[in-house]
Amino acid sequence: MAELRVSELNFYYGFTQILKEIDFSLKEGKIISIVGPSGGGKTTLLKLCANLLDVTEGEVNNSFSSSAFAFQDARLLPWKTTLENIMMPLHVKMSERELKEKATALALKFGLERSDLDKYPKDLSGGMRQRVSFARALIIEPALLFLDEPFSALDIGLKKELQSFVLEACMKQKMSVLFITHDVMEAIKLSDTILLLKSDPGEIVARYEIEMPQEQRDDAFVFEKTKAFLDDALIREIFEIKVSA
Amino acid sequence: MRFLLKVMKDFPWFLWSGWGSIASIFLFLALWEFGFQTYGELILPSPKAVFESMGMLLSDASFHTDLYLTIKRGLIGFGVSLLVGTFFGLLAGYFITASVMSRPIVTILVGIPPIAWIVLAMIWFGLGDMTVMFTVIIASFPIVFVGALQGSRTIEGDLKEMMDSFHIGFFQKVRDLYFPHLFSYLFPSWVSALGMSWKIVIMAELLSSSDGIGAALAIARSHLDTPQALALVSVIIGVLFFVEYIILEPMKREVESWRN
Repeated sequence: MAELRVSELNFYYGFTQILKEIDFSLKEGKIISIVGPSGGGKTTLLKLCANLLDVTEGEVNNSFSSSAFAFQDARLLPWKTTLENIMMPLHVKMSERELKEKATALALKFGLERSDLDKYPKDLSGGMRQRVSFARALIIEPALLFLDEPFSALDIGLKKELQSFVLEACMKQKMSVLFITHDVMEAIKLSDTILLLKSDPGEIVARYEIEMPQEQRDDAFVFEKTKAFLDDALIREIFEIKVSA
Repeated sequence: MRFLLKVMKDFPWFLWSGWGSIASIFLFLALWEFGFQTYGELILPSPKAVFESMGMLLSDASFHTDLYLTIKRGLIGFGVSLLVGTFFGLLAGYFITASVMSRPIVTILVGIPPIAWIVLAMIWFGLGDMTVMFTVIIASFPIVFVGALQGSRTIEGDLKEMMDSFHIGFFQKVRDLYFPHLFSYLFPSWVSALGMSWKIVIMAELLSSSDGIGAALAIARSHLDTPQALALVSVIIGVLFFVEYIILEPMKREVESWRN
């Protein structure tokens, strides 16, 4: 069974320690979210896992067959149209027409209009660019998906749709997801495991397993869990939440 | 190939959009005529006289040789500075040290007026082809060099990282990332270098050569033949117009349609 295993990972920029003794493993079909304050090395950790940064101390073993990364900013190629951007990572042996059909179907599913497909990124709104970037990551049907807060720029409706799309892919295609978020509710709704990362240096200080299957988690469950989560003294400390008098 | 087809398909529309420019050219001709009626034949010949003189020029075989020579010198000079400037510019942009070091040298090259290069070139190479081409090369080289340097310095790490995250191979990276990015810097610099080359080639010929359009301009000056001089200038501008608006501008529109 494929897995992503991170063990005793340390990382430094110059003399500053960014990550300290990171240990976790992500199994097939599971979702792990990393929650923590900004500037805590979350993105660095994700990049190390995705092999976009070189591991200097510790180990990252990735046995998934394929992976994709959706960045915090859309990172579209400005000289390619929406459709070309979505098709960019595909290099399977398919005819041009089939590729286009596949990309179009996915784009429409993500709430883009047909008229948007021939536009250049400069003519798309921020939220639309984010959807394109998301579609580009999912078109290759990756076995492992890295998400760096890709939902943050989206409106509530679309956020929900994309979240359920991710859940569906996890259940049906056994896709695994490692994702970063500020949004505790989002983490509770989607993940099997939540890793709490404190900053300076980034260190996992707590792990929360959520046993209830994702499809059974209704709003009430998420609210209740979130409240309990935010009442936790450790979390208050990490996020520096002021207790109102 | 698809790109060329698209350029050709959009070309009629581009021409149709030229009415505004044509109107402004006619306005300019009207002002010119007004100047002729105020100052007389010797100072400013009428547009009509100039165009007649231009018609004579265009049917004159020795003028054809001159035009051919000038274009040839201009294009060779431009071609050399394009190749050399692009190559060294990209290379210099690749190394931080090289780009820092080349900056002051480029400032010096840009700062020296072309007329000074002509004097030096005349001393080094004597009168003739080589002097003209050398001046063209040295004057347009920095423009291409700086364009290429900026292009290769500004390749975005973020986009490269994005492509790495999809495990995209080197050739696709060149095709989808490096080439379009570099080209968006190189193309405008080539266009301005070409304009520069065309002006410099005439100036250099006027001062240092016995044939070519520049030399013909020198002869017209010594004969005080103002219609002839203006006819030559009109031909020079005509060539520039043709290259700029009929060849380069439509290409530029396609190439840069993704820009703001």
